[in-house]
Amino acid sequence: MKVPGRLVAEALKSLFRRRATILYPYRELDKVHLPEGFRGRIEFDRSKCIGCQLCFRVCPAKAIEIVDDEKGKRPIFYIYRCIYCAQCAEVCPTKAISMSKIFENIALRKEDMVVR
Amino acid sequence: MNFEVPIGPQHPIHVEPLMLRLKVEGELIVDADVDVSYIHRGIEKALELRPYIQGLYLVERICGICNAAQSLCYCLNVEQLLGKEAPPRARYLRIVVEELSRIHSHLLWLGHYLHTLGFETLFMYFWRDRERVMDMLELITGNRVTTAYNTIGGVRRDLPPGAEQKLRRTLDYIEERVRYYEKVIDSEPTILARTQRVGILKPGDAVRMGVTGPHLRASGIKHDVRLDDPYSGHDEIPFNVITWDTCDCYARVKVRLRETSECVNMIRYALDHMPSGDYRLKIPPFFKAPPGESLSRVEAPRGELVHYSISDGGDRPYRYRVRTPTLANLLSVVEMLRSRGDYEVYIADVPAILGGIDPCICCSARILITDEAKKRRMITTLDDIIRFSRGRRVERR
Ligand code: SF4
Ligand code: SF4
Repeated sequence: MKVPGRLVAEALKSLFRRRATILYPYRELDKVHLPEGFRGRIEFDRSKCIGCQLCFRVCPAKAIEIVDDEKGKRPIFYIYRCIYCAQCAEVCPTKAISMSKIFENIALRKEDMVVR
Repeated sequence: MNFEVPIGPQHPIHVEPLMLRLKVEGELIVDADVDVSYIHRGIEKALELRPYIQGLYLVERICGICNAAQSLCYCLNVEQLLGKEAPPRARYLRIVVEELSRIHSHLLWLGHYLHTLGFETLFMYFWRDRERVMDMLELITGNRVTTAYNTIGGVRRDLPPGAEQKLRRTLDYIEERVRYYEKVIDSEPTILARTQRVGILKPGDAVRMGVTGPHLRASGIKHDVRLDDPYSGHDEIPFNVITWDTCDCYARVKVRLRETSECVNMIRYALDHMPSGDYRLKIPPFFKAPPGESLSRVEAPRGELVHYSISDGGDRPYRYRVRTPTLANLLSVVEMLRSRGDYEVYIADVPAILGGIDPCICCSARILITDEAKKRRMITTLDDIIRFSRGRRVERR
């Protein structure tokens, strides 16, 4: 049967319901809910790295560069190229790489988007 | 005087670079022509230059919404080359994520389709509910849109603790909402008027043009890769293939709505019968695939997705070919847009018809006026149209 206005009841209900959106980014930041295992900005624990370069070889976005430093070959991560696939974290034999929950990856200087 | 109205390739709300040229007589469309050559990304070539493990993440980016289907198809393809098969638990987990992304894709489409018809309220409701599905995808896979869930030899993570209860609650919610939306759509005269008997594609034409997916099922043909060629344990899961035989845009809405509830049931079944054991095979990140070729197909939300690859024994494909469902469905748009006999198509139906297959383009950058009698062409720019609409004379160029 054709009864126009079925949406009126729904609209009235919505009027008294909790807002579906949150006032991001200025207020209600505590309501941003991220589950365990979220893939955000890379965190790198330099002391655990053994310089095997596996992360560099799997990275599909070429976001990892290997540099020489006092301990040998170590990766640096250019976050602005990263696609957050977490493949590097998966292959790392010593779990030196982990994905944090930081999702606001915006910076004014390029240097802030590099993890070493 | 005939007009040729170009629609696209730039669209103000949707980023689908597709060009549609319509030949019109007054309001009536007499002929149409599509051009998809505006977006060449070179992904197939790029896949030949990457090891298999890197290609996986590139394939996911062919389409953001169908990314689970794309990566699943890629993984099935490479697994075939290697002669391996994902363990049972992985197969079920793949189904859960694949069907979740089908729900999200269908809800997105339904909302967007109603939006192109001018029904903003339902658009908001659909997208609000879709958000719940996105949260579930985020919970299971770690990201809202690009799931990066499938991997060669299985899936990358198991169901997190507590996810099952949350998932079941969301499924209940979605099921109830879909039931409600079906009632709304069946009773809203505006929606019915814009979709019923609009964009008719007869079953014979649909088969002749190689149409796939929900678009084909809306022409009353029972075809679904999940049924015909079960690729990830779909033969163990009971489900109905939804068809509708009115062959119009209304049928496309109905098929996708009902399919959404069918997805809900499939996920429930997969959760109830989830096998235990490993969720991935131990395959090293770098490997060489034996020489050979393989073909895999997957029922993506928009239709049948086909991947074909040739390996020459190296660590990357020698050739990789992707046939996406929209390419198969696009030709039918021309057929649906052509008025013939008592089947009349008007310019106002274009968004409804084009949206019905899933991409959506609507824009009026400029109009090309063709004067067949005098063999003269005039290009009217947007400025001209604005001036024209303000009552001034159009300058001819
Ligand atoms: S998360 Fe992916 S893209 Fe980012 S650095 Fe690691 S492998 Fe590269
Ligand atoms: S994979 Fe891990 S251990 Fe190896 S170089 Fe990268 S961070 Fe270091």
